[in-house]
This record gives sequence, structure tokens and C-alpha cells, in this order.
Amino acid sequence: MPLTIGVPRETAAGEKRVATVPEVVEKLIKLGFTVIVESGAGDAANISDDAYRAAGAGIVEDTSILWSSSDIIFKVRGPSAEEVGLMREGGTLVSFIWPAQNPELLQQLAARKATVLAMDSVPRISRAQKLDALSSMANIAGYRAVIEAAHQFGRFFTGQITAAGKVPPAKVFVIGAGVAGLAAIGTASSLGAIVRANDTRPEVADQVKSMGGEFIPVEYQEEGAGVGGYAKVMSEGFQKAQLAVFAKQAKEVDIIITTALIPGRPAPRLITAEMVQSMKPGSVIVDMAAEQGGNCELTEPGTVTIRHGVAIIGYSDLPSRLSKQSSTLYATNLFRLAEELCKSKDGTIDVNMDDEVLRGTTVVKDGSITWPPPAPKLSAAPAAAAPAAKPVVVAKKSHGKGGAPASGTAVALLFGAAALIFGFIGAGAPPAFLGHFTVFVLACFVGYMVVWNVTPALHTPLMSVTNAISSIIAIGALVQIAPPLAAGPDRPDDWIRWLAVGAIVLATINMFGGFAVTQRMLAMFRK
Amino acid sequence: MSESLATVSYLGATILFILCLGGLSNPETSRRGNLYGIIGMTIAVLATVFGPHVSSAGYAWIIAAMVVGASIGIYAARTVQMTQMPELVALMHSMVGLAAMLVGFANYIDPAASGHMTGTEKSIHEVEIYLGILIGAVTFSGSVIAFGKLSGKVSGNPLLLPARHWLNLAGLLVIIYFGYRFLHAESISDGMTPLIVMTVIALLFGIHMVMAIGGADMPVVVSMLNSYSGWAAAATGFMLSNDLLIVTGALVGSSGAILSYIMCAAMNRHFISVIAGGFGTTGGTPAAADGAQPAGKVVPINSPDTAELLREAKNVIIVPGYGMAVAQAQHTVYEITRLLREKGVNVRFGIHPVAGRMPGHMNVLLAEAKVPYDIVQEMDELNDDFPKTDVAMIIGANDIVNPGAQDDPNSPIAGMPVLEVWKAKTSIVMKRSMASGYAGVDNPLFYKDNNRMLFGDAKKMLDEVLVALKV
Repeated sequence: MPLTIGVPRETAAGEKRVATVPEVVEKLIKLGFTVIVESGAGDAANISDDAYRAAGAGIVEDTSILWSSSDIIFKVRGPSAEEVGLMREGGTLVSFIWPAQNPELLQQLAARKATVLAMDSVPRISRAQKLDALSSMANIAGYRAVIEAAHQFGRFFTGQITAAGKVPPAKVFVIGAGVAGLAAIGTASSLGAIVRANDTRPEVADQVKSMGGEFIPVEYQEEGAGVGGYAKVMSEGFQKAQLAVFAKQAKEVDIIITTALIPGRPAPRLITAEMVQSMKPGSVIVDMAAEQGGNCELTEPGTVTIRHGVAIIGYSDLPSRLSKQSSTLYATNLFRLAEELCKSKDGTIDVNMDDEVLRGTTVVKDGSITWPPPAPKLSAAPAAAAPAAKPVVVAKKSHGKGGAPASGTAVALLFGAAALIFGFIGAGAPPAFLGHFTVFVLACFVGYMVVWNVTPALHTPLMSVTNAISSIIAIGALVQIAPPLAAGPDRPDDWIRWLAVGAIVLATINMFGGFAVTQRMLAMFRK
Repeated sequence: MSESLATVSYLGATILFILCLGGLSNPETSRRGNLYGIIGMTIAVLATVFGPHVSSAGYAWIIAAMVVGASIGIYAARTVQMTQMPELVALMHSMVGLAAMLVGFANYIDPAASGHMTGTEKSIHEVEIYLGILIGAVTFSGSVIAFGKLSGKVSGNPLLLPARHWLNLAGLLVIIYFGYRFLHAESISDGMTPLIVMTVIALLFGIHMVMAIGGADMPVVVSMLNSYSGWAAAATGFMLSNDLLIVTGALVGSSGAILSYIMCAAMNRHFISVIAGGFGTTGGTPAAADGAQPAGKVVPINSPDTAELLREAKNVIIVPGYGMAVAQAQHTVYEITRLLREKGVNVRFGIHPVAGRMPGHMNVLLAEAKVPYDIVQEMDELNDDFPKTDVAMIIGANDIVNPGAQDDPNSPIAGMPVLEVWKAKTSIVMKRSMASGYAGVDNPLFYKDNNRMLFGDAKKMLDEVLVALKV
């Protein structure tokens, strides 16, 4: 017997979306379902009852009749307590649930012996992308965030040179390069703004660039990707470094869009009151995490506040503000889920708990809570690849030092020759010479060790500074110029003096010239 | 100042010199490193002047000599252009060499220095004098020629005398023979003749050695002469039994030797073959002649189109070479870089280890033009990134971007690591003409489909590109 899908009107305040659209109604009917829609459900999204009717849906005037005559309810927002009460015993509900935040709702639904599929719990695997409503909503939210920002912002996004003067481009800083963040980056850059973005997961840098943004990294070693491609909570040190980056950006940019969310946790505080204060008057902050507590300290969820001359947008209904678009995409996501549930295309559903996607999405099954699901087998976490890549980089840095060891024969020959020379010197040389010789050999080794660490960029300063210190040869001339010992009558004092004076002049040129020129060069190296 | 106090001061100076070199491992600590060097040198000089080996009668001479030297040195350091840095460094090496020679002679004619020595001790001392003067003379004349070559006063082409290896060998034998006679000289005046003959031969040897080396090998030569100037100081230290000189000389000597090694490795050439001189003389020339002539057409481009390519690019790598230094184009390059970076283009610089005429030459020039050093990267750091690069701009470089080094086993530069600019979507080579680089090898890069040639003086062309970019 074909099942009936009921689409009630959304009751949450300000919610303009609807869980199905006429095009999707047709497809659902092709799958074998009967579809009924509450009268006026599509009004806020500019979809009339007639449009639904034309697509083949039945229109039901009364809310309680719709609930009681539907086997499956398609909804956007999670049901209110009253709506749960209206639900048919043993029925199926598909909507956003947020099970982690709403445990009591889960209990209520379980008490109705319901089967509940939560659209926010779709596992993040490739096969499930087509029913990933979070991504499709985030995409819309990211777009709308930029539009809302543009609405509040008193200037163009794009730089222009007009007859009335030059207009600098707006600078936009996006925190969190998830789906919403990337959508915001793309939207803002296609409006002509200069877009920068930051994310705790360094591997998204390429995605940021591909959307036309510039990735601003936090210089701190920590892997930020958690399970399932979402961000995770970072260490204290990282957070400090991150805040420093944000503080710097806050001073420079005109618009900040924050999208930082960690699944099942309050939103991290990333924009402090001081940062807001440091922004230029007329700047805009769009806090897309407002519903989860906000990334900005001063956000007031649901409204726009002006603090320190900065408009802080805390709307939590960004997708709903593009109700037609978001209804269409959400309805399509639901249709994809219906396809998964109804493989036989006869209007019946089978919640197959062996299917990874359905298992993850199902939070209540026949009255028993099945949330949280077991961890997904596959995730896009790149953690394994990163450490493998690191040693290569290190090896490249230490040029020569870490090279392949010399062959055994070469080493043997080298040591043989050294032993021969040492033996020869040891046999004939007086002790005084040996003292100097020891110092000499050790100094060669110290020089070798020290110089290997010099960065190639500084090879020229290295040469000029070694050149300067090789003018130490002046010491040799200094001691000859007028030694205090009573010289014999045959010491050619004048000759020696003039030679020594010449040597001192030459060495001093080098000494002063070398150090001065090194100083000049090093002063030029800047970041 | 007592003998012990002087020794301790020398020890302090030694430590400061080591810290000085250590500081250069990072641009951030390098300035402090230089300061350590200056302090070390001041301590060493003061400890010597007020030490037990100098009487007050010498102060006037010393002060006069140092004032003269200091003024010349500081004047030279202030006025030198950054592009002339290789010449200046070469010239300074020659001063150390000449000073070592003078100290050697002065020490030899001073009977007080060796009067109390006998037997082996005396022989060793004389060997030290002989070697000290020898190294000093080679350093001096070699550096003077290197200076001439770098400043363009002497032709950069290798001078190849017939049977030059035999000439060198003969010179060496003569030096050894006169060394023998020098050691067995009865009196100081007897020893003078062999010493002077040796000095002349050593000077000629130094000239010949550097004359035979081609311009592209100059980074090796300059760092090698740097090394020699250190060994000369060390030899003087042995002669005077002065540990400070020995240590400092050894530090400088090994530093120069390592630099030479790095430069050679960067060209995939053996140190001996560079020193033996004459690029391409050992089988390279015939190979280049009958090696496959790169077929294909050279596609020229003009500066507005170059600007257009740069404007549309997301990733740009600039590969500078000696040509940029000659044309003094680094400031324009920086202006272009700044403009592109403001537009959000990721501009980086790829520096080949032997680009230019001195180790690190390009880095210094770019630093002078205020290019931030974190976008100036080594070959190893960015060579893998060329496939993701939209435009690779080659300014006055040739051999270091020659794909023949990888593809053509007969090429004289086969095996030399090169920047793989041809893997970029488009490469633009800025060049005066189609002439080959110092290695005398044709560059197949010019004939690649994705390569464009921007002919003309690098500075002039880049100025035009800059103007076009600003529009």
C-alpha cells in the first residue's frame, strides 16, 4: 500500500522555507507516494496551493488532519511539542532535529514510537552528498551572508575609478572555510571585493584560493581537521595565535564573516569586543554562528546590532531569507533521501539500518533512540598524509648535511690519509706546533658545523662578514710594528715597519669595509 | 696588559667570531651576528695593541695606518652599488692576500722572530712562512683578476693557454724546488731569492687560474678565494704562533670551502673541473655541436601582452639571473611584484643557487629592492610548484632554466639541477637576444610552445610592463 507524505506549514517564527516544492512533488508521486500539503505551506516561499495542486499534491486545510493522515512527515525545522503530539503513532518524520542539542525532543519522538531521520545527521561521505541538506543550506547561508553584509555596508564591494573619484575595493575576511565560508568567499569575490579567509584546517587553503580568496594561515603547528571533514577544538596555544591573526585582520578589513562551528559544541569565541572596537566605523560583521552562541562576543542572535559603529548581523535564518532557493534545494535533498528509502519505487519505505547513510541519518527507529551512530568507516581526514609529507621538507632544508653517507671505501681512504698525515706530523713536529695544530683542526670543524647552518639567502653577507673577520690578519702586522724586545743591531726596523704599516692599512680597509658593507646588506633583509 | 689577559681577550674574540657566523643562519639574527663580529674584532685589535707585543713607540704608526685604512674601507662600503657587491668582495679578498704576503716577508726579515729557533722548529717555521706567502700571493693575484672579470675590466671568457695543465704542474715543481733551497738557505739574504721567485710564480699561478675560469663559474671562484683568504690568515697564525689568527683563518677557510662545495653541487660539477677551468673543453663542445638542434619557432611577445598575462595569472614565479643585476632591474621587478600582490596574485621568486656571480647574489639584490624575504625561495622549495604556476617570468637567466640539463645527456650542463620553468602554463623569457648563456649551450626552452620571448633590455622592458600593468 503506497504511503502518504505530508508536508505541514512551518510553525517556527520567521521560518519561510517549506519542505517540498511542486517539481519535487511530481517526482515523489513517480516514486509511488501520495503527497499532501497543508494549505499555505508554500506562501512564504512564493509557492501557491494551486501550484502544488497542479503538481498532483492534495491540499489539506486542517493541520491536525494533515498530521494524522500522513505516514511520513517532511519538515524543515524540528517539530514543536504540540506537533509531536499530532503525529501518528509509529509514523516517520524527516526534518532537522539537532539531536545533540535537543535530547528531550528525541525522547518525545521515541515515546510516539516514531522513526526519525535527521537531515542534520547525514554522514559526510561522498555517496551521501546529494542528500546533504546542511551543505546546501550552508551554501545559501554563505551567499546570503554576503548579501546581508552588502546591505548594511555603505560602500561598493568592487574598486572602481569613476568620474566622481576613485573607490577602493572592500576587504572581506571570512573565518571558517567550510561550505558556507567558501560560498561567502565566492560571492564576495565575484562582487569584486578583496577576500581573505582563515580556517583551522590548513588543507583548505587551495579551496580558498580556488574560490578567489587569499588564505591567511595561523603560524602554529597543529592539525585542525577532525572526523568527517569538520573542524575540531584547537589547543590554547593555537587559539592565541589565531586570535592574534584575527585582531590584525580586524583592523584592516571592512567586513568579517564568521562561520566557525564545531559539531555539537557552542560556537568558539573568535571576535572579541576589542577587535570590534578596532574596526573602521561602518564595518560589518556577519556572525553565521549566532544560533550556536556566536563567534563574536557582541552578537545578538536574530537581529542586527550596531556596536562601536560596527553593524553586527546575528541572523540565524539566513537560508530562510532566500526561501524559494532554499526550499527547492532542501526539497531535492529530501527527494534524494526518499529515493534511498524507497528503492522499490512502489511508495513504501525501508529504513535499512545496514545502509551506512540511512544508519547515520536515522536518530530514532521504531521508538528506540539510535543516536549517536557508530563512527563512519571512511572519512576525508587527511591526518595520515600530513606527517608523511613532513620529513621530506625537513630533509630538503638541511642541504648537504643529511645527504647520503659517503661510500665505505671513500671514508676508509679519507681516514687512512688523515692517519698518515697525523702520524707524520706527530713524529716530527715540536710540541708547540702541535698545540697550534690542534687548535687549527678543531677550528676547521667548528667552522664546518657553523657554516652549514647558514641560509642560502645570506651567502653574500656570509662572504663579506668572513672577509671582514679574515682581516684579523692585522694582528700579525700589529705585533711586528714595534715589538718591545730589545732587537739586535741587524734588525731592519724600517723595512719591517713599512711592510707592517702596509699590511695594517690593507687589513683595516677590509675590516671596516667588510663589516660596514655587511651591516648595509643585512639591514636590507626584511620580511 | 699582561700576556694572560691578552690571551683571554683572544679567546673572547674567537667565541664572538663563531657566534657571528652562527647568527647568519637566519635573517632575523644576522644583524646581531654582525655586531658580534665587530665587537670581537675590536677586542682582538685592542688586546693586541695594548698587549705585551706592542710597545708604545708603535702607537702613532698604528693609529695612522688604521685611520687611513678605515676611511678607505668605510668609504668603499658606503658607496658601492649592490650590483657591484661581487667585485667589492673579490677586491677585499685580494687585500687579505696582499696583507698576508707583507706580513710573511716582514716576519722573514725579522731576526727576532726566529732567532731563538733551531732544528725542526726552525724548519717548520720557515715552511710556515713559505706557505703563508704562497697562499697570500695566489689569493692576491687571483682576486685581482676575479675583480677585473666581475667588473668587466677583464674579459669574462675563459683564457685557455695551450698545455695549461702542464704549465701549472711546472710552476708547482719550481715552487717545490725553491722551497727546498729556501729551507737550506744559510742566511736571510740567501733565502730572499727563492722566496721572491716563488712569490712571482705564485702570483702568475693565481692569475692563470682565475683567467681560465668562465664567467658562469664565478660564484665558485669567489667563494674559493674567500676560502683562500682564510687559509692565508691561518698560515700567518702558524708563522706567528698566534692562536686567534689560526682559529679565525680556519673558520673563514672552511666557510669558503663549504660555499664552494655548495656552488659546485648546484651546478652538478666537480670542484676540480671548475678549478681546472675552461667550461666545455672536455668533450662538451663536440657534443653541443652535433647534439640535436632544438627545432621549432621562437614566439616573441611584447610588454603589454606580458602585462596582460601577469594580470590574469593567479600564481607567478619570477626567476631572476645575472641579467637582472646587469640591467639594474630589481627595483622595477619589486614594483611589479607589489602591484601584482595587491591584486592578489601569488608572486614568488625562485632563486637558483648559482644565479648571479656570487653565492646569494640575487637575494641581496632583491633585499635591496625591499622584496620581502619570505617570498624569495630556493630552487628546492618551489621547483615542484611550476605545474601549478600560471606564468614563470625569467629575467636575464639562461642556463639555470635550461631543460636540456634534464633531457639531453650530451649537453655540457647535463645533470645540473635547473628550475623547471617550462612546466608552468606560460613562461616568459626576457633576454637581449638569442645569444646563449655562459655555458655556450643553446636553450631548448626558447622553442617550447608555451614559451614567449620578450626581447630587449630587462630594465626597459620591465618598465614598460609596469606601465601597462598600472593602466
